Amino acid sequence: MHPAFSVIFFTVASGTGFGLFVLLYMADLFRLGGGLPAHASALTGLLAVALVGGGLLSSTFHLANPKNAWRAFTRWRTSWLAREGVFAVAFFPFALAYIALAWFDAARDVRLMLGFFACVLAWATLFSTGMIYACLKTIRQWNTPLVPAAYLVLGHFSGAMLLLVVTLAVGASSTAYESLVMALLLAAAVLKATYYFWVGRPYGSTINTATGFTRARVRLLDTGHTHDTFLTREFGFRVGSAQRFWLKAAFFLFAVAVPAAMLTQGQALSLGAGLGAAVSAILGMGVERWLFFAEARHVVNLFHGAQRT
Amino acid sequence: MRLGLVIDLDVCVGCHACAVACKEWNASGTTGPLSDYQPYGAEPSGVWFNRIRHYEVGEYPDSKTVNFPMSCMHCEDADCVTVCPTGASYKRTGDGIVLVDQNRCMGCNYCAWACPYGARELDRSSGTMKKCTLCVDRIYDQALPVEERQPACVLTCPAHARMFGDLDDPQSAVSMAVRERGGYQLLPELGYNPTNHYLPPRKHKPIPTGEVVYGAWAKVKKLVNRVVKR
Repeated sequence: MHPAFSVIFFTVASGTGFGLFVLLYMADLFRLGGGLPAHASALTGLLAVALVGGGLLSSTFHLANPKNAWRAFTRWRTSWLAREGVFAVAFFPFALAYIALAWFDAARDVRLMLGFFACVLAWATLFSTGMIYACLKTIRQWNTPLVPAAYLVLGHFSGAMLLLVVTLAVGASSTAYESLVMALLLAAAVLKATYYFWVGRPYGSTINTATGFTRARVRLLDTGHTHDTFLTREFGFRVGSAQRFWLKAAFFLFAVAVPAAMLTQGQALSLGAGLGAAVSAILGMGVERWLFFAEARHVVNLFHGAQRT
Repeated sequence: MRLGLVIDLDVCVGCHACAVACKEWNASGTTGPLSDYQPYGAEPSGVWFNRIRHYEVGEYPDSKTVNFPMSCMHCEDADCVTVCPTGASYKRTGDGIVLVDQNRCMGCNYCAWACPYGARELDRSSGTMKKCTLCVDRIYDQALPVEERQPACVLTCPAHARMFGDLDDPQSAVSMAVRERGGYQLLPELGYNPTNHYLPPRKHKPIPTGEVVYGAWAKVKKLVNRVVKR
């Protein structure tokens, strides 16, 4: 699949935003590390909402006919893309009301109730984002429950990294937040390692089942077009196995190894080190998302001569 | 009713006339135009509803060239319709034709991702998704003679490799052809249940291409050629 920059930015930014909001709410609910100061908490909430909003806005950049984008909310009964839009938009009023009450540190019960609804909608949106890809039977690398699981966990992981930076910036006790980051980091690493193992072995459709000639070798002689087509541009993107290996290595280095090393170095985490770890983690996640699109092989490639996907 | 095409891979000669006729008819049809990018330039490209690929099946000398036209299969379980967030993609209940409402499409490409057959192509000039309409603006046209109420690709095919009809009716010509010739669907394991069927090439006695066996007369000619110098 062609890795469109707008979609990569959208999924990373909105995933981080939703993860940050959910964990901010959890920190408020359980008073993690004694709780964050009211204004810092509200500003962090605004950052989360800005990341979600910016991501959603960038996702409209890959539309060829954006004037009809408003119609994308109508088919929520069948389409995961429509569900994602509905849940994401429903998230904003609850999240903004929660942030307003957090700013004034007022009406804790109402605030927690509103925040809870915003959290549920954030989870529903993240799950829908994953399901947009996971429901496609045409792309075996995406058609697995590990995809929505990874979208949920990676969003929470990058959100936790940002929340840790906030606690370091306001000088709150960061021990609980560091544990949170480590737990999510471990979950993200295990999940992505399982995913890479799972999609690494070929299975499913072949050029033989695509053409119906299952008792002989089938070889493409001619695609029938002289230059590229919509299909080759959209689905023909290929990434070599060596490049795939190095990109996976880069993900585990930047998103897992570097933050883990900084958090376990033995002395109190400085703001600079925390910020470095967060930037590294989000960079690693950008690599992961690029590879997620780049190594997905659509079955239409079988008709263009690929022996298997 | 379940309207669709049956394509005979035994007689398709791979001339691309179906694709050209399709382009000609649909460029001014309900979902037209089918934009071309650099049609006379160095990198010609554009929107087509019908594409023909060519394969070699088996290994030389026991191989065969198969020409393979593909367009929308008008699937029974059309995921392109299910995933569409705007409702632009729809399947008609009456005859099963899958269409795109050009006034509702936002050009997100999601339906093209969901289609395993590469039947959908985005038109960059209108920003909307376009696909085979099964010539819905021809097949019901009362102004046309009955025999011309067929898709443009079927009418034009010089080898009669394409048939159009109701796959739901067991007595229709297309259903009988599928039954008699062992017609099959593409990528059945994905579960889209495509309406279009393909008839496999007939089994022929292989034509010897290896060592040439000489008859008695040819042997005499060879001998004479060796004796008489020209």
